[in-house]
Amino acid sequence: MSARMVRGRNARAGVAWRYVMLTAVALVFVFPVVFMLVSSLKPDLQLLRDTGSLRAFLPVGDISLDNYAKAFQRAPIGRFVYNSVLVTSLTVVFGLFLNSLAGFAFSKLRWRGRSIVLAVVIATLIVPFETIAVPLLMMVNTLPWLGPDGVTFGWLNSYRVQIVPFIADALSIFLFVQFFKDLPDEIIEAARIDGASWWQVYLRVIVPLSGPVFATAAILKFLAMYNMYLWPLMVAQGETYRPVMVGLQYFFQLNVAWGEVMAYLSLITVPVLVFYLLLQRAFIESIAASGVKG
Amino acid sequence: MNRTKRYTVTLLAALALSGLVMAQTTLSLWYHGAGNEVERDIVLQIIGDFNASQDDWRVTLEEFPQIAYNPSVVAAALSGNLPDILDVDGPVMPNWAWAGYMQPLSLSDGALDGFLPSVIGEWQGEVYSVGLWDAAKAIYARRSVLEANDIRIPTLDAPWTFDEFEEILETLQATGEYEYVFDVGMAWTGEWYPYAFSPFLQSFGGDLIDRSTFLTAEGVLNGPEAVAFGNWWQSLFTRGMTPGTSQDDANRETGFIDGRYALQWNGNWAAIPALEAFGDDLLFLPAPDFGHGPKIGGASWQFGVSATSPYPEGANAFIEFALQDEYLAAFSDGIGLVPSTQSAALLTENYGPGGALEVFYELSNQQSQIRPPTPAYVGIALTFEKAMADIANGADVQDTLDAAVDEIERDIANNDGYGF
Repeated sequence: MSARMVRGRNARAGVAWRYVMLTAVALVFVFPVVFMLVSSLKPDLQLLRDTGSLRAFLPVGDISLDNYAKAFQRAPIGRFVYNSVLVTSLTVVFGLFLNSLAGFAFSKLRWRGRSIVLAVVIATLIVPFETIAVPLLMMVNTLPWLGPDGVTFGWLNSYRVQIVPFIADALSIFLFVQFFKDLPDEIIEAARIDGASWWQVYLRVIVPLSGPVFATAAILKFLAMYNMYLWPLMVAQGETYRPVMVGLQYFFQLNVAWGEVMAYLSLITVPVLVFYLLLQRAFIESIAASGVKG
Repeated sequence: MNRTKRYTVTLLAALALSGLVMAQTTLSLWYHGAGNEVERDIVLQIIGDFNASQDDWRVTLEEFPQIAYNPSVVAAALSGNLPDILDVDGPVMPNWAWAGYMQPLSLSDGALDGFLPSVIGEWQGEVYSVGLWDAAKAIYARRSVLEANDIRIPTLDAPWTFDEFEEILETLQATGEYEYVFDVGMAWTGEWYPYAFSPFLQSFGGDLIDRSTFLTAEGVLNGPEAVAFGNWWQSLFTRGMTPGTSQDDANRETGFIDGRYALQWNGNWAAIPALEAFGDDLLFLPAPDFGHGPKIGGASWQFGVSATSPYPEGANAFIEFALQDEYLAAFSDGIGLVPSTQSAALLTENYGPGGALEVFYELSNQQSQIRPPTPAYVGIALTFEKAMADIANGADVQDTLDAAVDEIERDIANNDGYGF
């Protein structure tokens, strides 16, 4: 047997081993989702009994869509998903715009106190939301709003109270700053020499070159907003404005309806998966480029 | 009738109707049962009946999921948005009353006659809340299992004694037929721990706090009786009789029904599935008497009036209206809980004479002890929960209970005695 053949066989074995490992790792990540989907088709008692065996991951036994029908009866799922998607999407869109502008100002514009302000912004990352929740609640409860009824005070029970406080985001700003810093200044200088305003530089030069960081910031923000629980719990006192995570609690009664819980979770996971799949390629590029992990 | 006349009559009728509606002052009601259709229907029925029964008040409902309810009320109190009427978990009521979220009820004389003591929420000598139902606990067992092992079936008048209970656990364990012989529900963390396990402590002679002053737990939560309880509690786990803190919900819910657990400490809300599994073979047994009488926890969700309601007379009128037997019975039939009065029990499917859950009414009536009616209870519950888990996991009993006492007293001191 020649050395080349041995090397070829070893290389093939290495590839096979790599695939085995990757498959194993993939299964670890896929199993919870499979468990959720499969369990959503089973009655409660069977679901609980199956958790001790591999049957938990298999659509076997008494399989039906009953849990989905009951889940829709128990809670206004469509309303919750609509609320979450609306609040999350608007926050992401406004957040991308505002935070990227901030990142641009911090990384490419020269102004006094820039480093100090950036340090302060980044320092807010270590402040847990729980510590500012109550002061924030007091604040939004006194804010004015101009609506069909004229000027009113207090933002509770509205969409805006779930959106506005979360548009500015230190993590997103940090991501944009890090990404923009690596863009060559020469491109910006060239644009400026050609007569572009700073606004045009941002819009025509920076944004087109920054797809991956926009995707990353969008996904991270989307997940944070979609999973938000404490704040909407405090400010959305009416069912009309409740998002999916508060809605999940509708299923935890004295006797928990586990099958319905799984059906509900399967339904509310759909928007997240769709959003991730839309931005998947750019997200992976961004991670590969910056080493940022979600 | 010509067109002008018709319009005039229609307009006058509309004005009269709108005047009728305008005359009713709106009262907001917050309720913890979102997601429970049956509860929702009953609450809506009561509201509909109340609104139709008089012209002064019109109650509107806002529902919250139970887990999200308390934080929502606290947030509303902070922002000055409390409703007129709210429901409150019995043991939490003193904290909300002390914090200024609630005001005492002003019901008619005799409105609470015949109600189980545990459903009347009192603090500092005043009634702040009243429950339309109570919950009760029992030991779930199978007659066939007890008879096969020559185990006496206890009664309310003659519950198992401590020695008898120990012997029973050992007998059942010796059969080798069960994974565990006594499931206490360690998987159900949170309020279940103080609700379900502090009655054992009380039956040993200890308590969560000294109820004569409500200022200290010294000597009651870490005295000799409490330590005796702690040692017994720990032995349940070290002897392999009871599933420990690693128990999951699935095992809690199926262990007894599947025959892997011989006895189970559980609430009446779980009775129907067990009855479906075992029928007449199922028994609901009173708590053992560990030396100071058999005890179970009392007080469930209750209705009260917020401190900021500008219409307490309307709120009280609604609560009094809701206390009718037919509604107590409707809740009991709908969600399986113990009706608050004997007369309502007679109207129910399960709690009347010969009913499948009849025993729970008397359990509630005779053995129920409310958790300490003090604003400090909210903190005590968390401290006790941690102590129970630590002891179950092998921590030194005396040290753990001493630490719990210190923590409780620190909290009381930090809050200037909570009004005591």
